[in-house]
Amino acid sequence: MPHINVDENLPGIRALMAFSPHTAAPMGILANELLRSNDGLTMAEREMIATHVSYLNDCFYCQHSHGAIAVCYLNGDKELVNQVTTNPDAAPVSDKLKALLSVAASVQKGGKYVTTEQIEHAKNLGASDRDIHDTVLIAAAFCMFNRYVDGLAATTPTDMSSYPLRAQQIADYGYGNHIFTKPQPVLV
Amino acid sequence: MAHIQVLEGVPGIRSLVLFRPETGKPLYDLAQVLLRGESPLSEAERELIAAYVSHRNECMFCMSSHAAAARCLYGDQKNTVDEVLADMQQSHINDKLKALLHIAGKVQILGSEVTPEDIVTARNLGATDREIHDTVLIAATFCMFNRYVDGLASLTPTEPEVYAEMGERMAKGYSLPQP
Repeated sequence: MPHINVDENLPGIRALMAFSPHTAAPMGILANELLRSNDGLTMAEREMIATHVSYLNDCFYCQHSHGAIAVCYLNGDKELVNQVTTNPDAAPVSDKLKALLSVAASVQKGGKYVTTEQIEHAKNLGASDRDIHDTVLIAAAFCMFNRYVDGLAATTPTDMSSYPLRAQQIADYGYGNHIFTKPQPVLV
Repeated sequence: MAHIQVLEGVPGIRSLVLFRPETGKPLYDLAQVLLRGESPLSEAERELIAAYVSHRNECMFCMSSHAAAARCLYGDQKNTVDEVLADMQQSHINDKLKALLHIAGKVQILGSEVTPEDIVTARNLGATDREIHDTVLIAATFCMFNRYVDGLASLTPTEPEVYAEMGERMAKGYSLPQP
C-alpha cells in the first residue's frame, strides 16, 4: 500500500504524478527531452540506460516499465533488453553503448564514482560530449524517479501483461501528464 | 576539470544547463516548483532538506549552495542549518521536521529503505500526505542533482563567499541561467 493516499487505480509513478501535477509537469518534459530523442543516442539506447539504472536501484516498476518501452523500439527484442539490463558487458551491443552503460552504473552509485578513465574510454569509442551528458543525466534522473516511486511505496503491478500496454502508450505519445489524465490502457 | 566541454569558470549545475538548456529548463522549473511553489513546508525547510540530502551524498557544490540559500531563508535562525548538518538528531528543530529529515535520509540511501514505521512516526507528529510527498520528492530530486553535478565533475568553488552570494540569489528563486 502506498505511504500516502493516492488514486489506487493508477500504477507506479502515475499515481504520484496525479497527486502532484504541478511537479509532474517538469518531470514529464525532462523525460521527453532525455528519452524521446535520436540525437546521438537512439531512443532504444536511452531507455536501456534508464532500465539498467532502475535495475541497479532495484526499482521493479521503473525497470519493467522502461524495459518494455525499449522492447517497443526494438521490434519486440525482449532478450536483448533483458541482457543489457542485467549484464550489459555480455550483451550484443556496441562497445560505445557498453562504455556509456558503465558510466551510468557509476552514476547510480554516486556522481564521484565516474572516473576520468571511464570518460576517456567512452570518448575513444566515439561518444560525444552530448552522449556523455545525456547518459549521466538519464542515470541521475532515474536515481530520482526510482526513489520517488519506491520512497512512497507506489503500487507496483504484478500482472506483467500490463507493462507492454502502458509501454506502447509511451512509445506512441511520449511522456507527459496524459499518462495519468487519460484512461489506463487495458487489454481488449 | 569537467568531463565535458562546458563554459570555463561557470560553477556547478549552471555550467551543465548552459551546455544543454533543453534539459536545463525542466530541471530549473522542477527546482522552482518544488522549493518555491505551494507547499505546507516553508521554503527554508525545503532548502534544508535539499542541503541535508546533498550533505549525505557528499556533493559539496549542492550542499554549500543550498545550505547558503537555507541560511538566507532562515534569517536570524540561520544557525539551524549548521546544527542540522552537524547532527540532525541533536539539533533544536521540531520533532516533525526531524521525522521528515529522517525519511529524506532514507530516500537518499534508496526508496525502499523508507518503512511504514517511518511514515507513521512522521504522521503522529503531524506530518500530512503533502509534506511526506514533498519531502520524498525533494530528497529524490537531490539524488539526481547531486549525481548530475558530480557525475560530470562540474566546477566546485571552494570559497565560502561565492556560496553566500549564490545563496542570496537562490533564495529569490530558480530560473534558467542565460548565456
